[in-house]
This record gives sequence, C-alpha cells and structure tokens, in this order.
Amino acid sequence: MTVLTVAGLTLREASRRKVLRALVVLTLALLGLSAWGFSRLSPQLDLTSGESRLVAAQVLNLVMFGLSLIAALGTAFLAGPTLSGEVESGMALAVLARPVRRAAVLAGKWLGLVAFGSAFVALAGVAEFVVVQLTLGYWPPDPVTGLLLLAAQTAVLLTLTLLLATVVSPMASGIVAVGLFGATWIAGVVGSVGDVIGNEGVARVGTVSRVLLPTDGLWQGAMYSFQDSSLLRLAGVQGTSPFFGTAPLSVAYLAWVVVWVLLIGGLAALSYQRRDV
Amino acid sequence: MLLGLVRPDAGEVMLLGRPGPDPRAREEVGYLPELFRYQPWLSAAEVLALHVRLARADVPEREQRDCLALVGLAARAGDRVGGFSKGMQQRLGLAVALVARPELVVLDEPTSALDPVGRVDVRDLVLDLKARGVAVLLNSHLIGEVERVCDRVVILDEGRVAASGTLAELLGQRELRLRLGAVTAAAEARMAATGAVARSGDAFTVALPADEDGVTVPRLVADLVALGVQVHAVEPGRITLEERLLGILRHEEAP
Repeated sequence: MTVLTVAGLTLREASRRKVLRALVVLTLALLGLSAWGFSRLSPQLDLTSGESRLVAAQVLNLVMFGLSLIAALGTAFLAGPTLSGEVESGMALAVLARPVRRAAVLAGKWLGLVAFGSAFVALAGVAEFVVVQLTLGYWPPDPVTGLLLLAAQTAVLLTLTLLLATVVSPMASGIVAVGLFGATWIAGVVGSVGDVIGNEGVARVGTVSRVLLPTDGLWQGAMYSFQDSSLLRLAGVQGTSPFFGTAPLSVAYLAWVVVWVLLIGGLAALSYQRRDV
Repeated sequence: MLLGLVRPDAGEVMLLGRPGPDPRAREEVGYLPELFRYQPWLSAAEVLALHVRLARADVPEREQRDCLALVGLAARAGDRVGGFSKGMQQRLGLAVALVARPELVVLDEPTSALDPVGRVDVRDLVLDLKARGVAVLLNSHLIGEVERVCDRVVILDEGRVAASGTLAELLGQRELRLRLGAVTAAAEARMAATGAVARSGDAFTVALPADEDGVTVPRLVADLVALGVQVHAVEPGRITLEERLLGILRHEEAP
C-alpha cells in the first residue's frame, strides 16, 4: 500500500520535474541526429547487403548506448534528490512521521523510478528502432529482450544511486553512480581489449567489473539482442567487444543481477532505516 | 525521537500505547515539523490526499477541503505548493497534521512563519483541538503562546527536564497583594475567609484559590471597603511563565 502510494508519488514527481523535459529534449536530439546521420550514411557507402546490415547493427548499438546513458543519467539524477534531497530539505519529515516503514518508502521510490526508467527506455528504444528501420531497413532480432535488459541496467544503476543517496548528498550520489557506471563500461572495454590481445589478466578486469556492477554486463546482453548473430561471424569478432554483444547472457548472470539488486537494495533500506532525518 | 525520525541513544518510546519503533504507533498522530517543506510539484489538495493515503485514513475529499479551509487555504487548494510563501506552507503543514483525524498532534514551532493574525488563528485552532479532546504537544519558544493554550508545561534545559507540571503548579498559587489602612479584626477575618493571609505592616498578601473565577478579588475588595478599610493598592501577584522560565534556566530558586 505504502509502496504503491510512494511509487505513484515518485512517478508524479518525475513527470512534473524539469528533468523530464531535459530527458525529452536530449532523447529527441539523439533520435533526430541519428535519423539524419543514418539517412546520409546509406547512400554514401557502397556496401554489400551484409556489410550494410553490420553497419546498421553497429550504429544502432552506438545510439542505444547513448540512450542507455541518458536513461542512466536521468534516473541517477532523479534518485539522488528524491531520497537524500528530501531528507535535507525536510520534506521527508512529514512523510516519515506517518505510519510507514522506511523500507516501504524506499521500495516505493525504487519502484516508481524503475517504472519511469523502463518506460523511457521502452519509448525511446522503440522510436530508435523505427528510425533505423526507416533509414537503414534494419530491425533487431530480439528487441523485447534487449529493451528489458536495458531497463534492468537502469534499475541496477538506480539501486546503487539509492544506496549512495542514503549516505551522501543528492548531487554526490548521482555523480558517483554515473562515475561508477562509466568506470565499469571502460573496464568492460579494457576487458575486451584483453580478449583481443589474448591477455587473460586484462580480460579479467572486464569480467570482475561486470560482477561488481552489472550495468556493463547487461549492456553486453542488450547489444547481443539488437544484432543479428550471423553478423558476428561476418565481423569476425571474438571475445567481448565494446560495440558488439558476443554472447547471450547466462541464466547464472541474470540470477546474479537479481541477487545484486536485492543485496544493494537491502543495504540501502538498512542504511535509510538507521538514518536520522 | 517520539515519531521515530531520530534514533534515541537510550531509553524507549511508547506512543499511544504502542512501542515507538512500530509504525502503527503513528497512525493517530499528526505532525507539523519545525522544518516544514511539502512536495513543491504537488498542489495543496494533492499533498493532503497523499497524507491521507499514507496514514491509511478514510477521509472523504470534502473533509480534506474543509481542513484546508480551516487553515485559510481553501482558495489555493489547486495551486502548486512550489509557489507558496513560507507562511502558506506552514498553514498547509497544519492542515497535513490535522487531516487524518489524529488523536495526538505534534506541533513544532507552529507559528514561526506566521503573521500576528496567523498566530491568533493557530492559537484558536489549538484551543479548538483541545476542546475536541485531541492531545496537542506544542513545542514553542513563544512563551505567551504556551501560557495561553497549554494545560501542562515541560521546560527543557539542555535536553533535560528542568521543570514540569500544570501552569498552576509551575507558577505557584496565585496571590493578591494589598496595601491597606484601618484594618479591623472583621476585615482580617474576611481576608482569611478567601485564603491564607500574610501581613507585614500595612502590606497584606492573600492566597487565592487555584480555581479563582474572576469575582473573588472584586468581592473581597468591595467587602473590605464596606468594612471601612482604606484600600490603597490591589495587585494580583502572579508571576508570568516567562519569569518562571528565566528563573529556572538561570538556576534561581523557585519562588
């Protein structure tokens, strides 16, 4: 009950704050730019159909990475203010003095933000698919799984931001979360370089970072669903790559993501419960 | 601490018969924080609706509107809280504290942002709550406010209870100081009938009953005049709560 009330409140907050407008503008800019870019791309390059599909899959991944970045930034910068910002301003006082459990308030905020992030990913993602279909004639093989994984990526980052927001200031929690998000992506790139040069130690950097913060792992899985698996053989990619998902996510990894979210969410609830407001 | 917002170092909290950490203890509690801020992206009516849902209370919309009208915000029910002045936000906070039909209302400095008219409104509101049998815990530095509305007063000094009790207990019994001439035995007997008399020269001090109803003093004076006593001065001898407070906080002996 409390969870749903707070989730609704959080959704209303997200929809009424300026961050939504910023998100819409950024997304439209990205969609517009990609549409323009793709429409210029196809006639200029003289490619075989296989090559052009490869290019299409690659640019789709690139743009989707941009979208996931916007979703991550947007929710991270929503999650910080909605939790620690409310504590700092005193807005939390009146709410937490009600007969509510803090864990329920936190869960409600989490649910509201996940719903918001997922809706954004779904809308913007489908719009981008349509753009690629119209300009390059490419439709990803498994769009639903891919979007779900992107939504999960947003949820993962969101959970981390909420945990951070229970201990540090709103802005700091957003910045640290986005920083970590970037760091795991770079670690993923480093790991794929390790794969390419056959250095196991370097490759392990990516693997370990994907376990510590599953955003990059989920992103790899999402990319895999956006591209035709036959393209991989064409591109001759081996191991992981920053621009191609080379393997579907294992069930074990997805289970770990769930455990990770529960673990970090539980920690956040514990930390919020113990906090003086 | 009472409302579970701050963790106590030691001790336990019981609230309306339930242990403080149990959220259900707060079901019948309304709270106006000293630092009052409400969701700026909601309208006043939406803030009230939110708190009704959070309190799991079943309050019809009409009653919620009445609650806004009670604090003088009826005309602004549909406006975003973000555009409210501090005084209006404090009024909204009062409505939030009252909307879920509480049994206990905790008001922390409820008039800090209000103009003199607003302060009188709040005082009337508190007296109205008192008349309806709702307990009000009023935390205030405005001693006059406290003296006008409170039954029991607790004075805290550096986090410790320095004094507590009803106003009469705290301020001591009321007394009447008189300067009289030509006092007869009959006049002394008349004064003794009102309360204990202490005499020092022509100065008399008469203790007044705690439930003094406002006619004891004029009657006594009229009777004394009728008995031929020369009345030079009549002075009600009650210290104000402020004097008492200062006395306690400066660690003077109680009078």
